[in-house]
Amino acid sequence: MGKVILEMKNITKTFPGVKALDNVNLQVEEGEIHALVGENGAGKSTLMNVLSGIYPYGTYEGSIIYNGEECQFQKIKDSENKGIVIIHQELALVPQMSIGENMFLGNERGKKNAINWNETYGEADKYLKMVGLSESSHVLIKDIGTGKQQLVEIAKALAKHAKLLILDEPTSSLNETDSRALLDLMLEFKKQGMTMIIISHKLNEVVYVADKITVVRDGSTVETLDCHNMEIDEDRIIRGMVGREITNRFPKRENVAIGDVNMEVKNWSVHHPVYTERKVVDNVSLTVRAGEVVGIYGLMGAGRTELAMSIFGQSYGYGITGTLTIHGREITLKNPREAIDAKLAYVTEDRKGNGLVLSNPIRVNTSLANMKGVSEKGIIDVDKEYAVAVEYKDKLKTKTPTVEQNVGNLSGGNQQKVLLAKWMYTDPDILILDEPTRGIDVGAKYEIYCIINDLVRAGKSVIMISSELPEVLGMSDRIYIMNEGRFVGELNADEATQESIMASIIQSGRE
Amino acid sequence: MAKKYTDVLKKNAMLIVLVLVYIFFTVSTGGGMFQAMNFNALITQNAYVFVLATGMLMCMLTGGNIDLSCGSFVCFLGAFGGILMSIKGIPVGLSIILMLLVGVVYGCALGFLIAYVNIPPWIATLAGYLAFRGWGTALLSSNSTTGSISLAAQKSFLAIFSGKIFSTPINQLNVICVAAGVIASVVVVVTSVMSRARKVKKGYEAESMMSLLVKCVLSVAVIMLFAYKLALAGGIPTVLIWVVIIVLIYNFITSKTTLGRYFYTIGGNAEATRLSGVDTKLIMFLAYLNMAFLTVITTYIVTARFQAANSTAGTYYEMDAIAACVVGGVSAYGGAGNIFGMVVGATLIGVINLGMSLMGVDANWQKIVKGMVLLAAVVFDILATRKNNTK
Repeated sequence: MGKVILEMKNITKTFPGVKALDNVNLQVEEGEIHALVGENGAGKSTLMNVLSGIYPYGTYEGSIIYNGEECQFQKIKDSENKGIVIIHQELALVPQMSIGENMFLGNERGKKNAINWNETYGEADKYLKMVGLSESSHVLIKDIGTGKQQLVEIAKALAKHAKLLILDEPTSSLNETDSRALLDLMLEFKKQGMTMIIISHKLNEVVYVADKITVVRDGSTVETLDCHNMEIDEDRIIRGMVGREITNRFPKRENVAIGDVNMEVKNWSVHHPVYTERKVVDNVSLTVRAGEVVGIYGLMGAGRTELAMSIFGQSYGYGITGTLTIHGREITLKNPREAIDAKLAYVTEDRKGNGLVLSNPIRVNTSLANMKGVSEKGIIDVDKEYAVAVEYKDKLKTKTPTVEQNVGNLSGGNQQKVLLAKWMYTDPDILILDEPTRGIDVGAKYEIYCIINDLVRAGKSVIMISSELPEVLGMSDRIYIMNEGRFVGELNADEATQESIMASIIQSGRE
Repeated sequence: MAKKYTDVLKKNAMLIVLVLVYIFFTVSTGGGMFQAMNFNALITQNAYVFVLATGMLMCMLTGGNIDLSCGSFVCFLGAFGGILMSIKGIPVGLSIILMLLVGVVYGCALGFLIAYVNIPPWIATLAGYLAFRGWGTALLSSNSTTGSISLAAQKSFLAIFSGKIFSTPINQLNVICVAAGVIASVVVVVTSVMSRARKVKKGYEAESMMSLLVKCVLSVAVIMLFAYKLALAGGIPTVLIWVVIIVLIYNFITSKTTLGRYFYTIGGNAEATRLSGVDTKLIMFLAYLNMAFLTVITTYIVTARFQAANSTAGTYYEMDAIAACVVGGVSAYGGAGNIFGMVVGATLIGVINLGMSLMGVDANWQKIVKGMVLLAAVVFDILATRKNNTK
C-alpha cells in the first residue's frame, strides 16, 4: 500500500439543469497509473477539470486533498504549481510555432520580459529526449504527425515539473503503433516514480497500463478495481460501466411495419478536408428502410458525424467516393439544398455550433431550412411562419411562452425540439439524427424518443447516431458499429447486447 | 408598469439621444439649427451617409463584415464620371449607365474575392481603399490642371441628383412640398393603423392603442415639421427622394423577404444556415455587390452636390457609414440591426456634424466628439445585451 497522494472527497458539480458529478470519491496512490473509465458524459472529464482548477474552487462542492494538504485552486496555474498537469484530449498546441516555443508557452524561459531562446531550445531538446522524440525543438508543430504532437504535449507537461500527470484520452487520435509507444512511455515514467491518471475509452489499453481502475457512471463513482489483487479483464470493466438495468427508459414501438429500402449507401469513403491523405470514413455501406430506426454506435472520433455530413450534400470532406441511392434512384447530392430536396434531413450533433441561430426566435429557426414553405416569390408570409412555428411547438411539446422567444434562452431539451422541428418541417423521408439526446435530461430524452417513434410510424426512416449504448440498444431496429472510420459490425436489435457491441469495437482495435 | 417604461426607453434610447442632441445644438446655436436652411442642409449634406450605411448594414449583418473601400471608390468613380461627361462629352444618361457598370464590375470582383476566395473582407476592401484613392487622384491630375473636374455644365445630371422638385424662392412656402408632407403623414398613419388592426384580427400580440397614438402623433409631427421647413427652403431636394426610396426598399428586403432573412441568420450562425440548405457564399457575394451598387448611387449624389469630381471626395465616408450603423444598433458581430436604427444613427451623426459646424467647432474636435459618440454607442450596446443575457 503506497502513500495516498491525491484524494478527492464527495465532489459534486452542478451545471444549470444537470448534475454532472454527484458525490464522487477518488483516491490515487503515489507512483501508480490510475485509470478512469466510463461512457461519454459520465463525468470523467468534468472531474479532471475540477481537479486542475478549470472549474475554480467554490463552483463545486467537496474537497481535494493533495500531498496531505487541502487545495483550493482558482486557476490552472495554481494546480500546475503543485505539479498537477492535465493533457487534454484536443491538443492545445499552436501549429505555426516550433516545438520549443509550444513547450514553454505561458512558462517561458529567461528573464521576465526577455525570453532566453538558447535555454528554451536547450531545455526543450532535453525533455524531447525523455519522451523519445528525435526531432529538433525548432521544427514546427504542423510539420510533425499527431502521434508526435501528443508526445510534445507530454514533454510540455514534464517541463512544468509534473508530479501528477493527467492524460485525457491520450490515444484517441493515434494509430495502434503510436498508442502502444505512448503506453510504454507511461510505464517507463511509472518506474521513475511519476503518478498518472489516464482517461480512456480503449479498455484494452486500460488493462495494459493501469494499476487501479475507477469506473464512473452517470456522475458517480461506481467502483474501484485493483488490478493487482484480482484478475481484471475487459468484460469485468464493461459490466461496471454499463451495469444498470434498462427499464422503461425507452417508449415501446409497436406495430410499425418495416417497408422498402429508403436509402442505400455503398462503399462510401471520405477524406479529411485539410489533411487530405487521411481517410476519415473508409468504405462504409449501409441501408435503411421505411419505418426503421437504424443506430450507428461508435465512440467520439469514430467518423460518424463525418459520414453523416458527407452523405448530407457533401457538407463535409474531400474526395468523397461511393454511391448513394435514395428511393431506388442513384443520385449525387452536391450541397445541402439538393440533399433537402431529395428528402434527406441531417439534425446536427452540435445544437449551438451548427444547428440553431441562438440569437433568433423559435419562429425563424423553425422555418430556416424550408423558407419556400412560408414565403411566396421570396416574400415571407410572417403569419404563416408564426402558425407553422406554433404548430410544431405544440406537436413536439416545446416548453416556451411564445415562439418569438430567442432559442438561446431555451433549455437543451427544448432547443433540441426546435432543431427537430426545423428538420421535420422540411418534410424529409430520411432523418439522420446525430447525438439527438446529448446533454439533455432524462425526461426530455424520453420525449425525443417518442418523437422518433412517431416519425417511423409515419413511414420515415431514422438513422440515429449515438455514443450512448443503452440508447442505441433501446431505440434501434438494427445497429451498425463504427470504429476508426469503418463499420466493424452490424447487429439486429434482438441479438445485440452491450457486451457484444463493445466486444466488436475492441476486436477491431486489436486487428 | 415601471418596467414597461424602462423597456420603451431602452428600445428607443438612440432616438431620445438624437432629440436631446438636437435640442442641445438648437440652444447653443441660438436657434440656428432650427432654421429652414439647416433642415435642407441636414438632408443634402448627409444623404451619402444614409445610402452608404444601408449597404454597410447589409454587409455587417452577415457577421460584422465591413467595406473600407467605398469612400475611395466614390472618389475614383466620380473622377471617371467627370471625365466621361465633362471631357469626353458623353451624354449624361449614357455616362450614368457606364458608371453603374463599372460599379457592378467592382462589386462582382470584390464579392467573388470575399465569398469564394475567402479573403477577409477588411483586407480585400483595404486594398480597394488604397488603390482607388490613388487611381482616382491620378485620373484627375492627368485630366485637369487643378486636380478637379467641374460638372457645373451638366445641368440634367445636377437636376436629377442635387436639384429641388418644383423649386421656389427661399422663404416662400412651397405648396408641393407641404402637400407631399401631408400625403406622407397620411400614408404613415394609415399603414400603422392597418397593421395593428390586422394583428388584432388574427389574435396576435399588438401594441396598445396608446402607444400607437403616440407613435402616429410623433411621426406626423416630425414629417410635417420637415415638410414645412423644406417648403420654406425652396422645396423637396431630389436626394431626399433617393434616400427615401432606398430606405423603403431595403427596409422591405430586410424585414419581409427570405433573402433578407438569410443575411440575419448567416450573421447569427453561418454554419447552421449553410446546413439548412442556404447558399451562404452567394449571400456574401450579394452583400458586396449590393454595397458597390449603393456606392455608385452615392457617387452620383456627392459629385452632383459638389458640382465637381475632386480627389478629396469620399474621404472618411466608409467610417461615417460604419459609425451610423453601429450608433444605430447594428451589431458589430452581425445578425442584428435594422434599417430604422441605422436611419436614427445616420441622422445623429448628421446632426452632430451640422451642429458642430454651425457652432464653429474646430474640425479636429469634431472628429474627437464623433469618436467618443461611437465608442459610447458600442459600450451602451454591449452593456445592454449583456444585461439581457444574464436575465
